Amino acid sequence: MKYLGKMLAAAASAAVLVGGIATAEQEKKPLKIGIPVFLSGAAAGPFGLPERKAAELVIDALNAGKVPAPYTKIGVNGRKIAPTFVDEAADAPTEYRALVEREKVEVVVGYTSSGKCKAIAPLAEELKAFTVFIDCGTPQIFEEIVTKPKFLFRTGPTATPDNVGAARYLVDSGIDLSRVAGINQNYAWGQDSWRDFSTSLAALGVKSKIVDKQFPKIFAGEYGAEVSSLLTSTPTVVHTSFWGGDLEAFVLQSAPRGLFARTRVVMTTGEALFPRLAKDIPEGAIVGARGPFSIFAPDTELARWFAKAYEEKYGESPTYPAWKMAQALFGVKAAYEAAGVDATPEEAAAALVGLEFEAPAGIVKMAIGNGHQAIQSIAYGVYKLGADGKPTVEKVRTYKAECVNPPNGMTSAKWIAAGFPGAKCK
Amino acid sequence: MTIDFTKDWRNVALLAVLLAAAFFLPSWLRFLLQTALAGGLVALGVMIQMRAGLVSFGQGLYYCIGGYAVGLLAAKAGVAEATLVIAAAVISSVVIALILGPLLSRYREIFFAMLTLAVSMILYGLLVKAATLGSTDGFNVPPVTFFGFLPAQEARGDWTYVLTALLVVVACFLIARYLASGAGALLEAVAENELRLEYLGSSARQAVYIVYVIAAAVSGLGGALAAIATGHVDPEMANWTTSGGFVFVALLAGRGSAIAPVLGFFLLELVRTYALDIAPNAWQLILGAVMLAVILLLPDGLWSLVRRAPK
Repeated sequence: MKYLGKMLAAAASAAVLVGGIATAEQEKKPLKIGIPVFLSGAAAGPFGLPERKAAELVIDALNAGKVPAPYTKIGVNGRKIAPTFVDEAADAPTEYRALVEREKVEVVVGYTSSGKCKAIAPLAEELKAFTVFIDCGTPQIFEEIVTKPKFLFRTGPTATPDNVGAARYLVDSGIDLSRVAGINQNYAWGQDSWRDFSTSLAALGVKSKIVDKQFPKIFAGEYGAEVSSLLTSTPTVVHTSFWGGDLEAFVLQSAPRGLFARTRVVMTTGEALFPRLAKDIPEGAIVGARGPFSIFAPDTELARWFAKAYEEKYGESPTYPAWKMAQALFGVKAAYEAAGVDATPEEAAAALVGLEFEAPAGIVKMAIGNGHQAIQSIAYGVYKLGADGKPTVEKVRTYKAECVNPPNGMTSAKWIAAGFPGAKCK
Repeated sequence: MTIDFTKDWRNVALLAVLLAAAFFLPSWLRFLLQTALAGGLVALGVMIQMRAGLVSFGQGLYYCIGGYAVGLLAAKAGVAEATLVIAAAVISSVVIALILGPLLSRYREIFFAMLTLAVSMILYGLLVKAATLGSTDGFNVPPVTFFGFLPAQEARGDWTYVLTALLVVVACFLIARYLASGAGALLEAVAENELRLEYLGSSARQAVYIVYVIAAAVSGLGGALAAIATGHVDPEMANWTTSGGFVFVALLAGRGSAIAPVLGFFLLELVRTYALDIAPNAWQLILGAVMLAVILLLPDGLWSLVRRAPK
């Protein structure tokens, strides 16, 4: 009996010991983040790969504590980050549920396609899962689909600033806007981009004649007829929201035929061409980066660190999708750390509402969509190949976030149509 | 190869038991099952046409019509009653099939495959151009009500699962009865020897017309259930890659039972989700290897394992 008592005591103390270790372990329990990005299909090259590379870079650096201020703390709240990558090209709602319910990730950070974002948005609220969209341009997410968000965020700006900014840049630069044409892919992104751009011009009081509207199929890859049409309709400005391989094909096919020499071409995602086509982009083209990313990034320690570390690790400079991924991860870290050392995903989500945090692309304000949608400044510039063979931009104009984004509670389309009420541009 | 479908209702009863038990699966797995059931109905539509030797490469047409019928009614017209939207999905699919059927039932083999594909791609093209319907992004479908009752958010999954399981069992049962009937038996004759069938006094075109319309009805139901499950529709439902997937499931699962495509779709989705987890960069490779193995080792599909077993 005595012996049994001793045994029990020993077992009890062992249990306490084990329990103690378990709690110490629990404090360092890794933060599981699910990262759905395109790993296959046409969007993998221009979006998924840079996003994945940026995620791996930032997570490794955070886990090693190598990121400069204000993110010097290891991991998130001292917890190492454990990413689970999943292919966005697969069935999104099924794989999202698998991430949240099977893999038990605490946060989901990802999604580039607007279609996928639309399908996931109500699901995030239903499953009460802390979810941060990195990109997906459509402003509908918080304007129509989830109007009272709690768990869903987007740390990347919507597509609205791209086209409002492009219109403002053209007007402010005194470029002849008497004859305007557009070439955009015939799907949601291209249609929305053209609508925002043309209505923005009208809202700015420009009396332009729309001389040509081309909507070729997405991934068409061959634009001979469209370029001919753009040349013969003699526009003074051509707007395009092409991206990826389509944009490369368009530049390579239209530049030799003199389109860029005859008219000003504004490419809202033009910056993404820099790593591969620096020598083929005609000088004088007006390029954007869908925000203050890459060549338009502010000169901060964090921005310099990110660009340099990415270049050292992968041998190429990061394009805007990479910057947006980094931005989302820093947003999650900032939210968790603002919520406290033992923050749960719910607390972190609550802390991200309306938060202002620093990203490589400067300060990000979660200002609209009731504090769930980020706004950022937008910049455009004229392309120039530097003397050292590196792509640069000149005549850069930057528009403040409040100048190119609608105020909280107003939809983008209504805001543009009403002539940008409440825009603060000074 | 003649298959007796008169006893296939037993398999359908087995499916009903399995689906009832599956109610208690973890919610992610049950959701995967629910979407697979919806897709499985479309594969079933492909399968019954295959029994007549016809490969439809455009079954996504009816999947998409069913999905958009539910979506348009629930999101744009404000009618979210489950019974009404599902009925509308099936009826609109049947109406389109009745119109297209007389043309398509004249063609066989590759011509039938290409024509079905073409019709489906026309719808895809129209939807992509329709900016008001969200173009390629599609649009979201609000939750459906059950005789005016809207379940709480937490319970919606349970309700839609039960709805899906019930309708899938009913659809499989009806298809099994059809395949066991005279009209169903004619399908094999169409595939084997059309001329002889005509000499016997039956119309091959009529048999094909009937199977085409029935396949459209189950596919439209599948599309409706998919839209209710995921709460989102987009033109990808009508794209040829989606249709190709259904053909593949029908081949993979085999043609021996009305429940084969439904179960086959679920197994394929299961392989897919674990392949994605294990190899996010090479999941298609795993999926392809599994498909290749099934085709090489089981030329009559997975169902041949089940049929072989009792003997």
